[in-house]
Amino acid sequence: MTSEARITGEEPKSGTRWLWFFKLASPPHAYRLAGLLRPWFFWPAVALMLIAAYGGLLLAPPDYQQKDAFRIIYVHAPAAALSLMVYVVMAVSAAIGVIWRIKLAHAVAASCAPIGTWFTVLTLATGSIYGKPMWGTWWEWDPRLTSELIMLFLYLGYMALRASFDDTQRADRASAILAIVGVVNVPIVKYSVVWWNSLHQGPSISKLDAPSIDSSMLWPLLIMMLAFVLYFIAVLCNRVRSEILKRERNTAWLTERLVRS
Amino acid sequence: MSLSEFLQMSGYGAYVWSCYGLTLAVLIGIEWAGRRRLREELTRATRRAQMAEGRS
Repeated sequence: MTSEARITGEEPKSGTRWLWFFKLASPPHAYRLAGLLRPWFFWPAVALMLIAAYGGLLLAPPDYQQKDAFRIIYVHAPAAALSLMVYVVMAVSAAIGVIWRIKLAHAVAASCAPIGTWFTVLTLATGSIYGKPMWGTWWEWDPRLTSELIMLFLYLGYMALRASFDDTQRADRASAILAIVGVVNVPIVKYSVVWWNSLHQGPSISKLDAPSIDSSMLWPLLIMMLAFVLYFIAVLCNRVRSEILKRERNTAWLTERLVRS
Repeated sequence: MSLSEFLQMSGYGAYVWSCYGLTLAVLIGIEWAGRRRLREELTRATRRAQMAEGRS
């Protein structure tokens, strides 16, 4: 069946070396693969979250300064890490989509936006609740907090821009530019606490050889981060499948698959 | 450590538990929204595919 190997309507030019990649990135393969792999990300994510929550809430000792309030870090920091990571995935996918004209990459980029938005909202909300008892304020126009708020506006802007086009291909290209330009905000958020004098505490785990956090407090944080990453991939699988269904309407493989199975 | 001590979180209980509650809500929310979206697109695509089959 010829439509199985078709990605962009043209055959890959650069020999056979990248053929596996193009085959993998073809909508029928991606659709099936995302469905097959999803449970293998989802259930380990849930299991690791439970382990990390147990470690963070019960096993880790209270912080000498922040007492038990520090336990907020186990949900706040992974959410913040994901708000940045999802953006990078979105921007890289969008760039791949523009440069190599791979439809699947645009579908991935579009799928990242709503997930990243919610992680950013969660970061700002839990950060605000964390800030009240620690700093005595819900909000401060601090470099870290302000740049994370800009992160939220970038996600919202990306989705608004997409929604303003009727044509999917034009939406893909226009929103890709915004996603790629906006990626400069990622290092600004990440290093804001190092570059500027911020109210926000410094990184706890960025220097793994000498972390500024005890190992009994550290492992639940690392496990929770891993769990969030796996959970994101699981949610992304469903979203990408939805995008493929939407974009591949009226294609032979989809009709074949939906009617005859 | 008793259960009430655990829930109090040395006086920060309201802050800690609201953060964990919000996180749980967002995690369940994005998964639920993703599943619903897939179900909708699947229904729509199946209907369209059946119509295309009927024509041919």
